[in-house]
Amino acid sequence: MSKFLTASIGRKFVMSLSGLFLVVFIAVHLGLNLLLIFDNSGDLFNQGAHFMATNPLIKIMEPILGLGFIIHIVWSFFLEYQNWKARPVKYAKKNMSGASSWASRNMLVLGGLVLVFLIIHIINFFVKMKFTGDPLLAEVTINGEHMHNAYALVSSAFINSAALGVFYILGGALLGFHLSHGFWSAFQTLGLNNKHWLKRWKVIGTIYAILIAVGYAVIPLYFMLGLYK
Amino acid sequence: MADKILKKLKIKVWRQKNAKSKGKFETYTIENISTGSSFLEMMDILNFQLIEEGIDPIAFDHDCREGICGTCSLYINGRPHGPDTEVTTCQLHMRKFKDGETIVIEPWRARAFPVIKDLVVDRTAFEKILQAGGFVSVNTGGVPDANTIPIPKDDAEESMDAAACIGCGACVAACKNSSAMLFVSAKVSHLAKLPQGKVEAASRAKNMVSKMDELGFGGCTNTQACEAECPKSISITNIARLNREYLRARISE
Repeated sequence: MSKFLTASIGRKFVMSLSGLFLVVFIAVHLGLNLLLIFDNSGDLFNQGAHFMATNPLIKIMEPILGLGFIIHIVWSFFLEYQNWKARPVKYAKKNMSGASSWASRNMLVLGGLVLVFLIIHIINFFVKMKFTGDPLLAEVTINGEHMHNAYALVSSAFINSAALGVFYILGGALLGFHLSHGFWSAFQTLGLNNKHWLKRWKVIGTIYAILIAVGYAVIPLYFMLGLYK
Repeated sequence: MADKILKKLKIKVWRQKNAKSKGKFETYTIENISTGSSFLEMMDILNFQLIEEGIDPIAFDHDCREGICGTCSLYINGRPHGPDTEVTTCQLHMRKFKDGETIVIEPWRARAFPVIKDLVVDRTAFEKILQAGGFVSVNTGGVPDANTIPIPKDDAEESMDAAACIGCGACVAACKNSSAMLFVSAKVSHLAKLPQGKVEAASRAKNMVSKMDELGFGGCTNTQACEAECPKSISITNIARLNREYLRARISE
């Protein structure tokens, strides 16, 4: 195993698997959060949030998800450093734009910006819901069950600050760009690719990246444009 | 029809006395270059001029000058083998440049390809990778008749496409990580697709990859720059095959 993890392909294997794990999470997370825009009483979203906070399977998955993020992020910095070392003297003039996409060359930059977004996002919602609490989270009762009013916290955040909404739209777009290269790249690294699947993975990856970017932009826009009224 | 003449060009080139010394860029001016001449012919003309001026001529690799040996290199204006697709530097022509332009020429840059002098780099690393597993062991017996081993047409074609690799190192030079994955994958693939190569497939993938890592090449991040700059258009689907072969070999051990 140690031999596998010190080999370049083994290291990439870890990036690819942790990346695909996060790809699944991002889809589930979006699916759940889209409940925000389908019920302006907030009951649907609150029930969804309550389910995610109390379901035993989700509780087991939560630390695993955290670990997935940490592996993907820490490992990426380590790999980038390894790759950077492979060219001690840099080129004076580079013209790489014709040969490769900007996103593919700047995955660390895109990932790093997504990380900044992620930290602020966690402080905004996750920390309040899980640890510190917030006056907006006052308990509500839906179908006889007591739960936090997560809808009030999220909706008021976007209604009160257009800047936050723009920040979230930007975060989604950055994630989309990251996925535009990351999605098909993960399958290439796993060896699940050939001349037919190369095109298919790229098309699927592009569609997925657009769905994620647009999906996450729709939620702040819904509140910013007053569509909840 | 006579070729157009480039009246004046500035050549900014990397000069380095030997492997140990610190190099730097020097700029030379060259006049009246025909657009019909090859890039290396322009370099020859420049070298004659430098000799007459009492300056040490610029060292650069070249051999067949017909695009098949893989000896010529040069990172020209930010691209390996210069501003043309599917060509080696010897097949690059001066018609790709504009009059009055400054052409920047650098050696391949990679930890595994140290500069020997000026634009010449040591590509022994590629030989070492091949020696680690890029062969088929045939220890006894005569040569079997070619047609006694059935090989599907598509497999033979894919194998030949991978075998088109001339080992020039443009993939390493083009890669932002100085990764040799395209080279190694081509050498693994052209054997992996054929029955003769399947016998040693597992050890070949493991040995060549570990040699590649040991020599200080970077890892692949699938930017596809290698495929775009490869003079033989070796496909990155070979890299997927190498990943597959390697993972299979590691999991089954």
